Formats: sequence, structure tokens, C-alpha cells
Amino acid sequence: MATHFVIEGLKASIEDKEILKGINIEIKGGEVHAIMGPNGTGKSTLASALMGHPKYEVTEGTATLDGEDLMEMDTDERARAGLFLAMQYPSEIAGVTNSDFLRSAINARRGEGNEISLIKFIRQMEAKMKELDMNPEFAHRYLNEGFSGGEKKRNEILQMLMLDPKIVVLDEIDSGLDIDALKIVAAGVNSMRSEERGFLIITHYQRLLNYIKPDFVHVMMQGRIVKSGGPELAERLENEGYDWVKEELGIVDETVGQA
Amino acid sequence: MSTQLSTPVNRQAAEALSLSKGEPEWLTALRVQGAELTETLEWPKPEKVRIDRWNLNAVGEYKAPAVLASADELPESLRTLTGEGQAGFVVQRNSGAVFKQLSAELQSQGVIFTDLETAVREHGDLVQQYLFKAVAQDENKLSALHSAIWNGGVFLYVPKNVEVAVPLQALLYSDDAQATFAPHVLVVADNNSRVTYVDNASSLYEGEQQALVLQNIVEVFVKPGAHVRFATVHHMAENIIDLSIRRAVVENDGRIEWIVGDLHDGNTLSETRSVLRGNGSTSDAKVISIGSGKQQMSLTTGAVHVGRSSDSQMVTRAVMKDSATAIINGITKIEKGATKANGEQTEKVLMLSPKARGDANPILLIDEDDVTAGHAASVGQVNPEQVYYLMSRGISKREAERLIINGFLAPVVSEIPIDAVQEQLRLLLERKLQA
Repeated sequence: MATHFVIEGLKASIEDKEILKGINIEIKGGEVHAIMGPNGTGKSTLASALMGHPKYEVTEGTATLDGEDLMEMDTDERARAGLFLAMQYPSEIAGVTNSDFLRSAINARRGEGNEISLIKFIRQMEAKMKELDMNPEFAHRYLNEGFSGGEKKRNEILQMLMLDPKIVVLDEIDSGLDIDALKIVAAGVNSMRSEERGFLIITHYQRLLNYIKPDFVHVMMQGRIVKSGGPELAERLENEGYDWVKEELGIVDETVGQA
Repeated sequence: MSTQLSTPVNRQAAEALSLSKGEPEWLTALRVQGAELTETLEWPKPEKVRIDRWNLNAVGEYKAPAVLASADELPESLRTLTGEGQAGFVVQRNSGAVFKQLSAELQSQGVIFTDLETAVREHGDLVQQYLFKAVAQDENKLSALHSAIWNGGVFLYVPKNVEVAVPLQALLYSDDAQATFAPHVLVVADNNSRVTYVDNASSLYEGEQQALVLQNIVEVFVKPGAHVRFATVHHMAENIIDLSIRRAVVENDGRIEWIVGDLHDGNTLSETRSVLRGNGSTSDAKVISIGSGKQQMSLTTGAVHVGRSSDSQMVTRAVMKDSATAIINGITKIEKGATKANGEQTEKVLMLSPKARGDANPILLIDEDDVTAGHAASVGQVNPEQVYYLMSRGISKREAERLIINGFLAPVVSEIPIDAVQEQLRLLLERKLQA
């Protein structure tokens, strides 16, 4: 069955402050959607709410992946159902090596009695790390500990490659990346594009979208999708900024929950 | 009579026991003096833990042990702890040694590895030269009482320039809560020798038991250029009160490495100290602990720098569950004249329950200017952001917490230089964490 991801009327709050005010997006397998918007408009909140970050409370709405509402599930169940979030600020966990972590994650998905063999795992990981131009030594380093910003982002992409998700959310994956790293990350994402997989790319720069061509572009302001279009919308935003959107819609302050 | 009520031994009893075992005069005199000192000295007073409220007098009475013909006669749960085919192996059950062996090769090199009572008979002069020289008999009531009642024990002597490649092991266990359990461990590593010693303090009890004190005093003498690794893992039942004092005296360019696993289920006083007497002497202490139930623990690591350019490293990591309490002290003392000394210490506590308590107290006492010293201490909880991150990759909450806890202990466990000890520690850690 082709992947089908539908976010409907999603509202979410942090500390009783409503940030998401009803988000609607539909992503089919094979599609790449980009969400753009200035800082503080709720983009990253959408990513965190979808994954189930403990600080965010979803108050209304659904996010169904192939008919199952992820909002009814715990974070780990959402991941096992096929959702993947490449985080803007991945945690550092001392004492847990990258490879032990990845193997636990893969085995959690495969289930008991169906664990990946160590040899197969190491081969896969080494191949994917090479693809991302990562130093093999990173397999044995503690998870994200002492990684630079760019190394953390590559590590997120490595996890994405290894975990084979159905819906990938990339939260500001381009921030802190130089152009070479950006190309490598984009190549990693592009290699994953398939009819079985949908992407939701959150960014406030057009730059990334030069390397990962989106099918749909959405503009987020005040916790809502205020405008949607094709790739040409991203180009116009890059050239003209966001002011024309605000003018067109009569928006003075595009942010949400900043007070 | 009142002193006798508060003291579990008197001079007559100490003397009678010593005579009945046919011990040499000097030892009988030492035991008698210990009994007398017991009446006047005070229990140790560690920071913030009232050990005087523990049943410290529950030392049981001496019961002669029944010797084993072979290590195969040990219960299986204990055999799996120590593995098979040790080059050297000493077993103490309750009040005395029940088994000992040392490979012919090591014997021919002059290595002595036996129980301390046997060593007193066979190598009396050597033992007398060192016994209660690192831990003074009159330090406090614990050392005094121990000097009166110690039994079984371990004696390890490595001659000059001899390098013992494989770990020598001891197993100390209790399965009779009425029998005195007071092993004294004495290690002497002569000039430029190398040795690794590993022991387990264990117990075999089922169901409720009366309280019993384990009195375990360890003295290690590291002669110039010698290198001693001392690993000890304590994991006994809740009825055992673990009073363990470990002390090393390290001479010029000598090195002591301590690995202590305090995984005991009952109340624990654990003190591990290196006296860096010689120039260029070094010490590295790694302590891991898990607290559970209602147990109270006082865990202290210490380094005393006397020699110039001496170096001490101390790391303690503890995980506290349920309503367990641990007071963790790190004491770096640098004496006047110990120029170019360096002392570093870290104590970290991970709290898994709101009812648990963990204090980390780094203490630096420095009487010399030309030194370097550092400390770090922290007490924290499992970080919910980290749990979220792991769960976002499909890992269950329980497994995520397990990874984080093991990760907290890993920097110490993974540096343990003896694979078998590392593996065994992992198993015991897992067992106590899951319980």
C-alpha cells in the first residue's frame, strides 16, 4: 500500500500556550513537501508535536499514517509505525555508542526474535557512513557527544538511512551546515526518495530546496499554513522574502506564542 | 560488665580462640590488644551516615569451616562468578578458608597465595611485618575489633621482578548468619612486580535472615616500581552489613589500581584509600555502585599525597533506586612537600527515584602550593529529552532508560582492564538494576 500521511486540524500547546492552530497537510508516498516560514511561526513545534515531544501537548486533530492516528501512540510506537524526525537539536547521550544505539533502534523496529545480525548491521552502517562521508570512528563514539553541529546533522541522516521510515520530517536539517555538507545531506535524502516514502522538510531557507526539489511548498505563519503552492513559491520567497505574503494576507506579526 | 554488653569480644575470648588455633604468640598478643582497644575506641564516623545505628556488633561467633576437596564442590551460582581454571584461587566460607590453590608455575616463582591464617603459620615473619601496618589496629573500634576477630582471609606475596600475568582470585562468602565473617586481605607486591587480584564478596541466603556484619579490611603494600590491580565486587544479601576498609601504601614509582563494585543489597561502609608515599607513585580508583531498597551507603575514595610528582585519579559513579541513600565522599589530601602532585576526582550520582538520596562531596585538602588538583561532582536524574530522543527512534521507554543508565556507568565499566571482571560487573549491574 502506498504511504498516505494526513495531518488534520492539528492543534498543539506548550505550557498551555497554543502554538499550532489547526494544521492540515496531506502527503502521499513519493511526495516532498516543504514548510517554510520565518522564525517563531510554529514550524519546529509541528515537528515536535508529530513526534510526541513531552513538552508539547496535542489538544486537537489527528495525524494518520496509513489509516492509523499517530497522535494516539507513544513516541516509540510512532517511530515503529514509520515516522522519522531528523531533529534540529539532537540529544547527546554519554556512554551509549552510536552503533549500540542504532542497533537497538533497528532491533526495536524488527521486533524480538528477528534481530539484525551483527555482521549485517556493521556492513550496512559502514556503507551508509561512507555514503555520508562520515569518519568510521563515529560508530564507536558516544551518541552525539562532542559532535559538531554538522556532524550531528549527518548522524541524523545516517539514522534515517538505516531506519527506512515511511514519513520523514527534517527539522531545519540545513542549519549549521556548510555547502559541501549540505550537498551530502541532500544526496542522502534524495537517495531515499521513493513511492513508498513521503518527506516533510522544514526550513526557512530556500537554499536546501535547490538540492532537494519539493513538489509542494507551504508557508507557515501564526501557527497555521497560510499559503501553499509549487516549487515556484519557494523561489519567490527566496527572491522577495515574506513581506508580500504578510501584506497579501493582512498579517502584521507572523509569530506565534512569542510573548 | 557494661563494656562487655556493648562489645562483642573480650580479651579472654580473643586469647582463647587464638590459642585454640595454635597461632603464634605475636598474633595472640595482637588479638588480645585488639579486644582491649575495642572497649575504648569509637566506631568510624563517616559524613552524614549514622553507621552507629546499624547493628555493628552482629559479628556472630567463630565456627570452624569444613574444607572443600575441590572447587567443583562450590555451589554453582558461586562457581559461575569466578570462572574455571584459576591460576590462583582462595575461597573463604563464613569464618575460614575452605579451599586454596596456586599453579605450580607461580609457586616456583616464589609467589605466595593462600589464606591469611595459613600464611601466619607458614610465613609468619613476612605477615607480621605488614599486618595492620597500612590500617592501624588502633584507628577506631572497627579496626580494633577486626584485629581481634579476623579469620580466614587472603595473603598474596609477589617477589621482586615477578610479573603475574593472570588474575589471582578469591571468593569470600557467607551462608550462616551466626558465623563470624571477617576476612582480612593482605597483599605485598615486592619491587617491580606486577599482579592483578580479583575478589568477590557474596552470600547464599534465602528468605529473612538475622543481621551479620562483614568486616573486610584490605591492606596493599606496593613496593618501589610495583604495579597492583585490585578489583573487588561486593554483592551480598540485605541482612549483611558490609564494613569494608581498603588501604594501599604505594612507594616510589609504584602504582595501585582499584576497581570497586559496591553492588551489595544491605547497608554499606566502603572506604578505599591510597597513601602515595613514594615519589612518582600513582593511584587510580574506579568505584561503581547501585543503591536499592532502603539501603544506606557511605562510599569514600581517598588519596593521600606524600611523595613528589605523585598522581591520583578517583572516579565514583552511583545509580540510586527506590529509597536508597548514598553519601559519596572523595578526599584528595596533598601533604606539604608533595610538590608537583596531581589529584583529580569525579563523583556522579544518577537518581532514578524521587525517594532516593545521593550526595556527592568532593573534598580537597592541600598543604602544598606547587600542585594541581581538580574535582567534579554532580547529582542528576535521567534526562527526559534523552529518553524522548531514543524513543523517537523506536526504542521503548524502558529500554531507553536502560541504555541511559548503562551509558552513565559505561565510562567506568568499559575502562576496567580485566575482561572477566568487566563482564561479571555488567551482569551484576543488570541484575541489580532490573530487580
